[in-house]
Amino acid sequence: MGSLFENMQSVPLNHYIWFCAIIFTIGVVGVLTRRNAIVIFMSVELMLNAVNLLLAAFSVHHNDPSGQVFVFFIMALAAAEVAVGLSIIVMVYRNTQSIDINVLNRLKW
Amino acid sequence: MGTSVFYFVATLSVIFALMVVFAKNPIHSVLYLILTFFTFTVHYVLLNAQFLAVVNFIVYMGAIMVLFLFVLMLLNLNKDNEPNKSALLKIVGIIAGGCLVVTLIGSLKSVAIANPLVLKNPNLGLVENLGKELFGPFMLPFELSSLLLLSAMVGAVLLTKKEEKANG
Repeated sequence: MGSLFENMQSVPLNHYIWFCAIIFTIGVVGVLTRRNAIVIFMSVELMLNAVNLLLAAFSVHHNDPSGQVFVFFIMALAAAEVAVGLSIIVMVYRNTQSIDINVLNRLKW
Repeated sequence: MGTSVFYFVATLSVIFALMVVFAKNPIHSVLYLILTFFTFTVHYVLLNAQFLAVVNFIVYMGAIMVLFLFVLMLLNLNKDNEPNKSALLKIVGIIAGGCLVVTLIGSLKSVAIANPLVLKNPNLGLVENLGKELFGPFMLPFELSSLLLLSAMVGAVLLTKKEEKANG
């Protein structure tokens, strides 16, 4: 495992930032363009993961384990969020027989 | 080998993430998301964050994605009951995303942290090191997160419980 990291030492931090920005943007595009509530949820997970990876990269950059502890907390939070969110989606499906978020457009006003 | 592993895995993650967003069938989206999370696990291993790699593997790929798949199959959706948004809205969304990525990368270009990532402490991401941090300075947030998980569990059970007809 250590030797694997030896090979990685020349990846600039910039490239991690760009990569995470791209993944985050893909998540944003998913939220903006899809109407299926579950797919929107998955795009949010994608955004959370991009942030997690960037936190881990910065933690290595600053040689500070706090960043990785934050990632651990974000994972616990994501688990809680998914449980509550999916139960809300199940409730919405039970009431409207659909998970199209356009059915819920009265929430906009 | 050099750094090509990182670029290879990063390309794979971007491709799979795009497939998540643009797959027609939600089940395919979930499966592609599992692949994306697997590539993220590889990224954590490459950063030598072994604890995070294992947690990502177990919690995200094992628990969260199974929950997604479970709910998706429970909902008994029809073959194709996702009416697509109008093409105009899709194009506007993609343009907005493009603007966001250009803004992010453009603004971070001036920061230019171009020095390579160097692991000063080789056991930074190991369980021992993180456990000392977690049960030292982060003791209170750790205990609070257990409360958060408990309340989320109670909330999920309460939300999905069928309401009694007699009360209404």
